[in-house]
Amino acid sequence: MTKTSRTRRGLLVAGAATAGTVLTTGASGLLSPASAAGLAPTPTMRGGANNYRAGAPIVDRIGGGGFLMSGRVRRAGDGAPLSGIRIQIWAHTTEGHERDLESHGATLTDADGMFRMDMPQIVPAFGQPHAHLAYDADFDDNGFQTVFLRPVMSSARDKSLSTEFVLLPA
Amino acid sequence: MASARTLVVWAALAAALAVPVAVAATSPLLAWREPIYILAGFAGVIALCGLLLQPLLAGGYLPDVSTRRGRRVHAWVGGGLVLAVVIHVGGLWITSPPDVVDALLFRSPTPFSVWGVIAMWAIFAIALLAAFRRRLRLRPLLWRALHLAMAVVIVLGTVAHALLIEGTMGLISKAVLCALVVIAALKIVYDTRPSLAALRRKA
Repeated sequence: MTKTSRTRRGLLVAGAATAGTVLTTGASGLLSPASAAGLAPTPTMRGGANNYRAGAPIVDRIGGGGFLMSGRVRRAGDGAPLSGIRIQIWAHTTEGHERDLESHGATLTDADGMFRMDMPQIVPAFGQPHAHLAYDADFDDNGFQTVFLRPVMSSARDKSLSTEFVLLPA
Repeated sequence: MASARTLVVWAALAAALAVPVAVAATSPLLAWREPIYILAGFAGVIALCGLLLQPLLAGGYLPDVSTRRGRRVHAWVGGGLVLAVVIHVGGLWITSPPDVVDALLFRSPTPFSVWGVIAMWAIFAIALLAAFRRRLRLRPLLWRALHLAMAVVIVLGTVAHALLIEGTMGLISKAVLCALVVIAALKIVYDTRPSLAALRRKA
């Protein structure tokens, strides 16, 4: 059931974004395709895919843990939470560089679309304390478009970081 | 026997350069970096220190260093700056190739990268121009204008680059060093401004 509504929504989103002729949504749809489609998808951030090692295993925790990376995954358009979505996480931490395989791990979102990863403390690297997250369509069967994020911590002393994916059906 | 003023100036300069380097050398971030990354970072710190020396040497502002001798050392320090930048960028490239490629292509997410890359090209350009200065037979006024214009780009680019980075350097010692670099650059630009008579002759 969710599968069909996802597809229908996908058509709506695509239709509104490209043609701009979704008259059923009213005049505002012509002015702003994004608002006509509801929740806008998260674009891939610059540098988001840097040092990505595709296909990291799903793990309970990366390394020794101690830092909480969390977030929410929703569907573009209606904003419905997406469960069972694979999110891969990596960063420069107290235990390793971004490129190190041990710095990478993946997790799945729960029924509310939330994910949490216990990982080593992120430390500033290349000028900013930041994390990398991926929704990679090649390693997930839910059928959304690939998105890479690179959120920056407001302080290097933070013990947690949260972010959000809004995914667009492929 | 060195005068008190001489001692004070050299001691102040030594402190201005040594304190930021010492603070960076004790940064906790070093514990989580590979040697090549540490080397690349320090090449950047040393280069920032070199930017303070350059106007002091060229302007003859250092006690007991003649302008003539100062400018010879200035040329050597300039060569050292090129080397430091190569080590800085090369070391970072080895540490994380995609981040450096993004920076060089001006598509990095970090705002300080663009300033660093601009300063890098200006350092390469200023060194090339200096190397071919005689062969190009640039008139002194034109040489000064070109050299100082590039120097200003290097100083402003490097200072913006350094201040925006959260790295091994300490916040205060980095800010003080950057301020000194800017002041020294402004001073030599002002002190070597061409006289009206020289400008008239040119016109």
